[in-house]
Amino acid sequence: MRITQGAFSFLPDLSDAQIASQVQYALRKGWAINIEYTDDPHPRNVYWEMWGMPMFDLDDPKDVVHELNECRKAHGERYIRLSAFDCSHGWESVRLSFIVNRPKTEPGFRLERQEGVGRNQRYATKSYAVDNPEGSRYR
Amino acid sequence: MNDIPKAETVRGKDRYKSGVMEYKKMGYWEPDYQPKDTDIIALFRVTPQTGVDPVEAAAAVAGESSTATWTVVWTDRLTATEKYRGKCYRVDPVPNAPGCYFAYVAYDLDLFEPGSIANISASIIGNVFGFKPLKALRLEDMRLPVAYVKTFQGPATGIVVERERLDKFGRPLLGATVKPKLGLSGRNYGRVVYEALKGGLDFTKDDENINSQPFMHWRERFLYCMEAVNKAQAAAGEIKGSYLNVTAATMEDMYERAEFARELGSIIIMIDLVIGYTAIQSMAKWARRNDMILHLHRAGHSTYTRQKSHGVSFRVIAKWMRLAGVDHIHAGTAIGKLEGDPATVRGYYDICREDFVPRNLEHGLFFDQHWTSLNKLMPVASGGIHVGQMHQLLDMFGDDVVLQFGGGTIGHPAGVAQGATANRVALEALVLARNEGRDILSEGPQILAAAAKHCPPLRQALEVWKDVSFDYASTDAPDFVSTPNVA
Repeated sequence: MRITQGAFSFLPDLSDAQIASQVQYALRKGWAINIEYTDDPHPRNVYWEMWGMPMFDLDDPKDVVHELNECRKAHGERYIRLSAFDCSHGWESVRLSFIVNRPKTEPGFRLERQEGVGRNQRYATKSYAVDNPEGSRYR
Repeated sequence: MNDIPKAETVRGKDRYKSGVMEYKKMGYWEPDYQPKDTDIIALFRVTPQTGVDPVEAAAAVAGESSTATWTVVWTDRLTATEKYRGKCYRVDPVPNAPGCYFAYVAYDLDLFEPGSIANISASIIGNVFGFKPLKALRLEDMRLPVAYVKTFQGPATGIVVERERLDKFGRPLLGATVKPKLGLSGRNYGRVVYEALKGGLDFTKDDENINSQPFMHWRERFLYCMEAVNKAQAAAGEIKGSYLNVTAATMEDMYERAEFARELGSIIIMIDLVIGYTAIQSMAKWARRNDMILHLHRAGHSTYTRQKSHGVSFRVIAKWMRLAGVDHIHAGTAIGKLEGDPATVRGYYDICREDFVPRNLEHGLFFDQHWTSLNKLMPVASGGIHVGQMHQLLDMFGDDVVLQFGGGTIGHPAGVAQGATANRVALEALVLARNEGRDILSEGPQILAAAAKHCPPLRQALEVWKDVSFDYASTDAPDFVSTPNVA
């Protein structure tokens, strides 16, 4: 399967040049780029690990791509996403987020059911990958 | 007006002599009045009956929407009557509409109950709309002072928090209304939801008149929809939702349905505008208490918003709904099958999404409006739009909108999931291109064609709907001329 979180998951994987031009767009808007990675891509796993601090003072997309490639070297078997943060009043939140690295195979999720009262079911989405401990999930 | 009629207010004891007196003499026409920052201002389009003086008609509107009745009453003297009178302070002829006048009326804040749409609507669009000396009357716009705005909860969730909960940033959200709107069993209905969400949509939606009918009772729908939502969410690894319509005959029924939706883990519920302002405010408070996104379908609004001469403009309804506290509101597509002049629709979107909306006559906005950090309301574009128009929609509305393709998803020749995929691929390709600095309005068709090369469902969708457009004259475009006369 292919996890479709982020703004561009239905497109072919972005090249570094394409990533750089999205970064350029975000920087023009005054947004700060953040690189995050995880090996638990559960849709409600909000807090991916931060690859350093958000790059508040960075103004060259090439530097972001460089950092991204450093992150890939360390965590190339995990999911990596770029997000762009807007600190302006009324937003103070992420304005763009997209996946820039995926594990070679994505095993996806199992839907667990627990039969409840009436026909009510409790659902749980479980990543197949998280059966292994953190750090050894996508080898 | 070019020659502004002078104030004719009668003062002292003559003002309270029993009998009938013209409204403009009773203190409802005050051309020298300077509205206070805390006043609520209403702009009416007044069409007086033949022979009725426009200023008298406008003064009557001010009177009948505030303190007046048809005759002088001595009991006015028991009150601070001048404060409570609605004051018409300006009357302009409507450009290019002979016999119609824009009347500006200021109301003291004390005339209104804090935090109640029912109260303000009963005043401003109450008896006055049936007043015989007028042929027609329309509430065009309102200026809501900060002091009044701050008495409302505002959108239960708001655009920012909705996006954070959904973990979706940087692109419009995609939805579809399940079709056919009536007749599907719960099990078949859930099939459409599953296919559409799995194919790539973020949301599916009940239609306005899907409640609890013989072919599908509400619990069946909720159970099958949530099965579909959860299956699709696991298949995509991405948050999904389906607007479960909780509209029902009584508040008790609506609460019961909303609570069941919450129990099943739904992130969003839906109501119809026809449930009424008080019920909407109640559901908005419920939604805030229960971390639920609240979608509003504007069912019924066209009965009073569409004709320029009489009724209430949708821009006023949009303002009221942002106060009332819904999170989504259908605000038009401009290019789809339903009424919506593009400039007017842009005005609605600004009302929903901006913190400060400046006066902009071209977009039908007559007043500066401060929202003072009230949550933003997500507009929804729905009704007769398709993937071939995606670049126009993205260009016009930007990222903070839900684009809903009902027929444009479910009617796909290869199936519902393929229809959804076509829409999602088209959207992402255009957002990517726009961010790269390309002019999507002129290059849209090429960008879509290029994306279709790696996406056969998009190719099929573009082919099927390539010639579909809804090109009709709008019945509700702004009337303005950009001269100092009105500007």
